[in-house]
Amino acid sequence: MLKETRTDIMHRLQKEILPLQGIRAALNDTVLDDALGPIKHAFQTASFPLGAIHEFIATGSEDAAATGGFVGGLLSCLMRNNGVAIWVSACRTIFPPALKLLGIAPDKMIFIDLKKENQILWAMEEALKCNGLSAVIGEMQDLSFTASRRLQLAVEQSQVTGFVVRRNPRKLEANACVTRWKITSLPSEAADALPGVGFPRWKVELLKVRNGKPAIWEVEWAAGHFEHVAISKAIVVELQKKVG
Amino acid sequence: MQKRFVAIWFRYLKTDWFTRRQPDLKDAAFILATPDHGRMLVTEHNTFAHSQGIEIGMTVADAKAIVPGLQVQDDRPELAEKLLTGIAEWCIRFAPVVGIDLPNGITMDVTGCTHLWGGEKQYLTDIFKRLKAFGYTVRVAIADTIGAAWAVARYGSGSVIVEPGQQVEALQPLSPSALRIEAALIERLEKLGLRQIRNFIELPRPALRRRFGSVLLLRLDQALGTEEEWITPLHPIEPYQERLPCMEAIVSHTGIEIGLQHLLDALCRRLLQEQKGLRISVFKGYRVDGKIEQIDIGTNRPTCNVKHLFKLFELKIETMEPALGFELFTLDALKVEDLSTKQDRLWKDRTGLDDIGLSELLDRIGGKIGVHNIHRFVPDEHYWPERSFKPATAIDQKLQTHWRIDRPRPLQILFLPELIEVSAPIPDYPPMLFRYKGKLHTIKKADGPERIEQEWWLQDGQHRDYYVVEDEEGHRYWLFRSGHYDVTRSHQWFIHGFFA
Repeated sequence: MLKETRTDIMHRLQKEILPLQGIRAALNDTVLDDALGPIKHAFQTASFPLGAIHEFIATGSEDAAATGGFVGGLLSCLMRNNGVAIWVSACRTIFPPALKLLGIAPDKMIFIDLKKENQILWAMEEALKCNGLSAVIGEMQDLSFTASRRLQLAVEQSQVTGFVVRRNPRKLEANACVTRWKITSLPSEAADALPGVGFPRWKVELLKVRNGKPAIWEVEWAAGHFEHVAISKAIVVELQKKVG
Repeated sequence: MQKRFVAIWFRYLKTDWFTRRQPDLKDAAFILATPDHGRMLVTEHNTFAHSQGIEIGMTVADAKAIVPGLQVQDDRPELAEKLLTGIAEWCIRFAPVVGIDLPNGITMDVTGCTHLWGGEKQYLTDIFKRLKAFGYTVRVAIADTIGAAWAVARYGSGSVIVEPGQQVEALQPLSPSALRIEAALIERLEKLGLRQIRNFIELPRPALRRRFGSVLLLRLDQALGTEEEWITPLHPIEPYQERLPCMEAIVSHTGIEIGLQHLLDALCRRLLQEQKGLRISVFKGYRVDGKIEQIDIGTNRPTCNVKHLFKLFELKIETMEPALGFELFTLDALKVEDLSTKQDRLWKDRTGLDDIGLSELLDRIGGKIGVHNIHRFVPDEHYWPERSFKPATAIDQKLQTHWRIDRPRPLQILFLPELIEVSAPIPDYPPMLFRYKGKLHTIKKADGPERIEQEWWLQDGQHRDYYVVEDEEGHRYWLFRSGHYDVTRSHQWFIHGFFA
């Protein structure tokens, strides 16, 4: 009988822990992973964790728009099969026709406008329990550990993916979300140095990820997927000078 | 089924009510009076005053001469209707169809109700006793027709139960005024010596019609049952209603839930048989003290899923205040629709907006925080950004037109465009820099302009020239100039949105 080495045991135990933490391999979405490109390698299973809660930090309207764009890109993959998503927010600033430009049918998005944070949490939790949905997006300022735990427990039952967009958060404490992201805008670049504004380009910061490696990418949203742009800062500045 | 009607006659409706409120009037001669042609006329008296010989229509001065210590209060003309409506609502516990009969009566269609009380005698006794406990002097009668019950309640001297088909016998000894005809007609009948109904009930109809008009015949026919008559119910009866009378008053939350569960089971079973689904429903509890507590729910799609409907009601049950207890629960389906046949074909397999789970979720959220907070948008055929989409009217509304994707639109929009300070080369170039919320943005790249004209048939105003601009930090904005460049006006640039 072969003796298990220490590393083998560690691997086996880690694999057992993953499903207990709400990360399941069966939920792989290959289309989404293809669209995500290099970002998927930040996760241990090399696949974007579905059926989990993801947290996005956004300060200011510009960041909120960039975050919305990135989340919209993910949603366009999740909702591609006639899926429906629910967007819960306190002050709705999303312009529905613009969702179509990201590849989401705006009429498949149900907006719930609420005043109080606890109502938003309640509605989001209820929505996350409904397994007929593709995703649930909640905009809120703060998310306590207890609240995030409740959301996480809801998705573990239903396998719906939840996105919490925290607008102007007061403090960033630890919570039960699987990831924490920050998306900021980057200067765009039109193909062949044409004048005008190019495809949206973002700096995607994965600040925290359970069982994965935090990382930073620069991506461009073009033709329905995230294109990794590996241009160093210096070149960006130089190009800016040329165009501007 | 043979119809049965109950007529309740409140002999001293208003004075009884005053006595209830002021118990010291109980043993005094007491009348209500109203001014008429400069004098006060008696409009209602209590038992004691009546026994002293005071009649309605007397002047108050005369009445005071008969009874020296007479108590007089002002009559209120609208009081009778208000009182009767209140009592009639309370009477819904006896029968679903209850109508008021001004000035001092209530009629009920009790077909099929009396056996629940163990017979007509017990039924009438219960009504009588309970109204008496409230302090009202009443006479109650039951008959096959409204007319006969009315007549026996007011003028009958024998039994108040007119057995089925016996209305002719019951009416014969009564005076013509028992037929609900006007005073002038009664006078004419009496002049001819027709003091009892039996005097003219057998007379040839053409002769009666010629002398007394068709009203007398109509009233006679209604009382005998050859002419149909209906009660105008206080609350129209819903075609889908379930009732649950309780043996004992229900005061606990659990009790209400059990009652609700029973009613939902019964209603949904019935709806399912007829292939209908519930859209709007009201659950009412009739309290012992006569108040009615109610909660209502609405659903996005016709459904007869008991579990789901129960959940919707459950969110609101706590608003029902039992006080001394509920003795009757009713569940009305105010709006039902045909259940789509697809629905039970594949409960689990429906996706997207047709998902049953989704519509149930929206029902729950709508029930708790209001349906007006839930929006879904469909495209509208307008170029003006604020009007380019409209709220969908129903969850299964199909798109009439397509979403436009040929022009850039910002993901985040400002509800109202905000004024910004810009410096822009004139006349048609995008701005070079702009100041928004105190921060200066230098524009590096820009696209545009895209001119969007006002729809003059909807709204007056300037057209907008939109630019997509990107500042040095990579933030992308949607700016517009309102109208043409104009030297005389300084501020005409606005920010309207943020691109991803």
